[in-house]
Amino acid sequence: MQQAPVQSSLIKQTPSAIYRLWGDRIFLSVVLLLALSIVALTLGLGYYLYLGGSQAINKEGFWGFLTGTTWDPALKLEFGIWPYVLGTLITSFAALLVSFPIALAAAIFTAEYAPRWLAGFINYLVDLMAAVPSVVYGIWGIFVLAPFLREVIYMPTFLWAAEKAPGLVPFLGNPAGYGMFTGVVILSSMIIPFTAALSRDAIALVPAAQREGAYALGATRWEVMQTVILPYARGGIFAGAMLALGRALGETMAVAMVIGNSNVLPYTLFGPASTMPAVIALELKEAVEDLHYSAIIGVGFYLFLIAFIVNVAASYLLNKLKVGSQRA
Amino acid sequence: MMREFKPMASSEMTLDPSLKTRIETRHVTVIYGQKAGVKDVTMPIYANKVTALIGPSGCGKTTFLRSLNRMHDLTPSARVTGEVLLDGINVYAAGVDPVEVRRKIGMVFQKPNPFPTLSIYGNVVAGLRLVGIRKKSLLDEAAERALRQAALWDEVKDRLHAPSMSLSGGQQQRLCIARALAVEPEVLLMDEPTSALDPISTQSIEDLLTELKNHVTIVIVTHNMQQAGRVSDFTGYFLNGEMVEFGPTSLLFTTPKDKRTEAYITGRFG
Amino acid sequence: MRSLQARYTRDRLILIVVIAGTILAALPLTLVLGYALVNGFSSLNWDFFTKGPKPPGELGGGMAPAIVGTLIITGTGLLIATPFGIAAGILLAEYPENKLNPTLRLLSDTLNGMPAVLKGLLAYVLVVKAQGSFSGLSGAVAMAFIMVPIIAKTTESVLKLVPWNIREAGLALGLPRWRVILSLVLPAARAGVVTGLLLATARAAGEAAPLIFTAFGNSLLTYNLLQPMDTLPLRLYAYAISPYEDWHRQAWAAAVVLLGLIVLTSLLARWVTRGR
Ligand SMILES: Nc1ncnc2c1ncn2[C@@H]1O[C@H](COP(=O)(O)OP(=O)(O)OP(=O)(O)O)[C@@H](O)[C@H]1O
Ligand SMILES: [Mg+2]
Repeated sequence: MQQAPVQSSLIKQTPSAIYRLWGDRIFLSVVLLLALSIVALTLGLGYYLYLGGSQAINKEGFWGFLTGTTWDPALKLEFGIWPYVLGTLITSFAALLVSFPIALAAAIFTAEYAPRWLAGFINYLVDLMAAVPSVVYGIWGIFVLAPFLREVIYMPTFLWAAEKAPGLVPFLGNPAGYGMFTGVVILSSMIIPFTAALSRDAIALVPAAQREGAYALGATRWEVMQTVILPYARGGIFAGAMLALGRALGETMAVAMVIGNSNVLPYTLFGPASTMPAVIALELKEAVEDLHYSAIIGVGFYLFLIAFIVNVAASYLLNKLKVGSQRA
Repeated sequence: MMREFKPMASSEMTLDPSLKTRIETRHVTVIYGQKAGVKDVTMPIYANKVTALIGPSGCGKTTFLRSLNRMHDLTPSARVTGEVLLDGINVYAAGVDPVEVRRKIGMVFQKPNPFPTLSIYGNVVAGLRLVGIRKKSLLDEAAERALRQAALWDEVKDRLHAPSMSLSGGQQQRLCIARALAVEPEVLLMDEPTSALDPISTQSIEDLLTELKNHVTIVIVTHNMQQAGRVSDFTGYFLNGEMVEFGPTSLLFTTPKDKRTEAYITGRFG
Repeated sequence: MRSLQARYTRDRLILIVVIAGTILAALPLTLVLGYALVNGFSSLNWDFFTKGPKPPGELGGGMAPAIVGTLIITGTGLLIATPFGIAAGILLAEYPENKLNPTLRLLSDTLNGMPAVLKGLLAYVLVVKAQGSFSGLSGAVAMAFIMVPIIAKTTESVLKLVPWNIREAGLALGLPRWRVILSLVLPAARAGVVTGLLLATARAAGEAAPLIFTAFGNSLLTYNLLQPMDTLPLRLYAYAISPYEDWHRQAWAAAVVLLGLIVLTSLLARWVTRGR
């Protein structure tokens, strides 16, 4: 073996100061500065929307702006956003209600029943579904879903009601196909993957010992599901539902393309309605009056408040449960 | 500056007066969350000697070793108290740069951990290259020397630029030894460096230790007591996070003072 | 106590319900994919990729300006977002002792879930108003707002997949932490980080809402970021709500292209993170 020379002194060529003293400090400062601008961005989002909307909000008052039912940018310049708030809340919660059991069923199937290859394929589809652009759902909504629903549900129901139960007609509304109900259907389809993915992760996190304990007692598959797995995973499932709700609240294009965009209250089941994101997307580029601009940004501020609460709650839960920590 | 270490009052060790203390720990305690991994360890590590740490699995050898070069800094759950004096300076003192400490005190880990994205050569010179040494002749020379010392040169000299993960477990461990040697540390901490090696490579590593002693101070954790007997000058016996006994290897193995040490040694020697 | 027979029957019934739910869940995507292919695939021709839009009512033309605009706007957005997102991922994964991390993680996840239209609104307030006109740049800024939290999240999780002992090995060599992160950890996670960038880009590239009032759209080809710019989703939307058959056909073709983009990136992502 070769004799090791006595301390040759590669290392004694002392590395430059950036390595010894300042490197870590500079690096961490830069990283901190860049990373924390995300915090600034999130909070700044609320702040700038408030600032931009303050002209309209101040004119109508914080509650007046929220609960006013007249949105008239043309003649009276009166701005109340209640029709949009109502439209957003109704469609989002209804979509959550519709999508939740479906998403949960898909999660249960892939996590517990499906063979590996099938589960993998369905999981891939679910992940893909979350990534499909809103406008693609939208064009499908306009040309496929809305006409289909009109022929199969709206018209028959409307005709039946007109003949047999005329009292219902005002609640059904215009059966043209573009309205609240179509919006809810398309929104439900779009938020399924969020609940499904997180529920599936939560179910997968249930320790094997828990299941085996129950199986060992002679429980059937569903009994194990019901008594052990679902209770254990409920935190993650709930967080998934919150996340889905957050997405529904902010979903813009697909809804705007099928909901008919009318802010005339009262809303009906089939008839046109509107939502907060839709009015922002559709009116901002056409606004002329300063007050109209401000009112639209004000809608954004209120949407921020609602979505912020829902998303903070969902994120907090997810970080606490460590569910879905691997997904974007 | 080297410091004299005062022999423990209770021992009757006959210490060579030329012994210099390179590292001295004082009441080192490492706590993981609530649980202590190492409790109140005070011991010297003599310059240019091999010090062996022995003891049953889970007794805190690795934990103690990592406290010497501040590797616990990156484990948020671990808290180190007490002092580790390197040439009289507490490495945990405010203002001491852990990078500086680790540059002087190198480490070979219990499990081989080559950098997966780097080649064999890249691994060996990583420590040099990444502090800005670029000159190819210097790097080549250092790589060859380190690989020879780690008894790996002959096996890899024809494929220096192959991925490091293409090596066997034992080869990876020797690569990690070479990597640690390449930066020429003054103190080398080795955590069971030969546990994954065959007898021949083990022999080479043991020879290496004896040779390195001339200019490096070595602390080695080992489960193999014959090895401790062969290569070390001093031995510390750990049990349940405490250091039960410390002394010259020849004494500790032949006339242990503590019943527990004796039980451990005889139990293993059979 | 129910009889075993009854319990098994119930188990089977539940399975049927669960399968029905799964089919229902997969139905919309299948239908969207199917209709897009049927209606749009045949319209994907050379003109679609190389020609600009024709005046309303005239047949033919394509989406070249929109395709170019999509590339420019998302590319610029990616350039803006990458340092912020990767820095956040590094902070979250590599500095677990940092006290601000829980807050950062919470707000970054929150930002990820916030409506894209609001991010567009912020870009409108900050860029369009300051600049005095719609522009590709403002659209790129909106895209960056969308991408940053996605990049942060994926970077964090792929960095965490890199074994911790690599960092210890680097530090034990006396390397400073920043060197270990930049030269050892990031390269080990490179494929994953790049996948994250790709997914973020694909996600942003499909957005139309935040661009309507920032990039605005433009039927002429432009490379100038300070001018209004077209993108595929914007053009798709404009054509979908138009009264012209031929434009509907082209809108479907745009939908096929967008779907192809996300299928491609998600397959690539699977491939890169395979075996994890
Ligand atoms: N990161 C950690 N977090 C919590 N406890 C730890 C951690 N690392 C080690 N411990 C605990 O500290 C004690 C000492 O562990 P250590 O790894 O130092 O033992 P060891 O003597 O090196 O054992 P072995 O011979 O098996 O390597 C053990 O009980 C171990 O469980
Ligand atoms: Mg150990």
